[in-house]
Amino acid sequence: MNLPPFQRLVDEHARPLHRFLCGMVGPVAADDCVQETLLAALRAYDSLSHHRNLKGWLFTIAHRKGIDHIRKHAREITSPSPPDRAAPPETVRDTELWGRVACLPPKQRGAVTLRYLGDLPYAEIAEVMGTSEPAARQNVRAGLASLRKELA
Amino acid sequence: MSDIAARIRTLPSGRPDGAVDHFARRALREGTVRVAFDVAPSPIGDLTALVTPRGLLALAFETDDLDRLMESVAAKVSPAILRVPSAIGPVRSWLGSYFEGSPQPELHLDRSLITPFQDRVLTATASIPPGETRTYGQVASLAGNHKAARATGRALGANPIPIVLPCHRVVAADGSLHGYAGGLGRKRLLLDHERETAIHR
Repeated sequence: MNLPPFQRLVDEHARPLHRFLCGMVGPVAADDCVQETLLAALRAYDSLSHHRNLKGWLFTIAHRKGIDHIRKHAREITSPSPPDRAAPPETVRDTELWGRVACLPPKQRGAVTLRYLGDLPYAEIAEVMGTSEPAARQNVRAGLASLRKELA
Repeated sequence: MSDIAARIRTLPSGRPDGAVDHFARRALREGTVRVAFDVAPSPIGDLTALVTPRGLLALAFETDDLDRLMESVAAKVSPAILRVPSAIGPVRSWLGSYFEGSPQPELHLDRSLITPFQDRVLTATASIPPGETRTYGQVASLAGNHKAARATGRALGANPIPIVLPCHRVVAADGSLHGYAGGLGRKRLLLDHERETAIHR
């Protein structure tokens, strides 16, 4: 079993990775994080020893890049930041929810965005975040509950 | 649960195309891309060029099985394959000149997908002047084995860099076109084009 051409990974996963990172770090920083994620993945790709779950592998790198970004820019992220002005109009809707997602604690934010923007099943969220599956479910549940309360 | 979840799903966003383009250019610059490819339009249909730092590795017709080609290159050369339009600039120039009928700039080739026997056969085809043809038997002789007409045919049929390595200049002994990976229609177009260009030069 050989690794597929890297371009196939880009074609299949760039969109969900970008959606996920938009939720994690906001749409402006998401572009940078997508680049960093794909660069890191491609650098490691030639000597990758496992061939299973390449999608999970990509999301693990993306999640790490997202967390790195959040740590580096902790101050900016704690205040709700609407999408950038350059974004197309449709992306600016629901800025309130956007800001709230950005304010969730990193674990809840990671789990919620992996689930609903990355479309990952709970088992993969657990793998990406290095938690158990019940913990992944719990993080998503807690994140949604907190958002529902704040937006009520 | 689904109320908020549905709203979250609609949150982003723009497309990642810009980020992916930047990534591809950075990856090429830092040398992480082992095989870059892109599509070049041509009078005989879209051609997909695959290049490495050494040169042109493969050229595929739009009728070829691209997925299979990419998989084979991933296994034989490297899976670090990425679409980077700027990487195939020299191939575009070469094809542009060729189809205009003007002299082509030098183009480096990566012969990783070519076997030693195939290399002798393809080098022999490169010595056939444009506008002319040779038979399979003649090319077998040029390649050093006049009895290997059949093997020569197979070597030509598996040419990974058609047009540039002109396997289309080889025809059957009775003058019929015989066969071509890109289809006989393309073979005829290439030969007609070269004949016209040779007459006008």
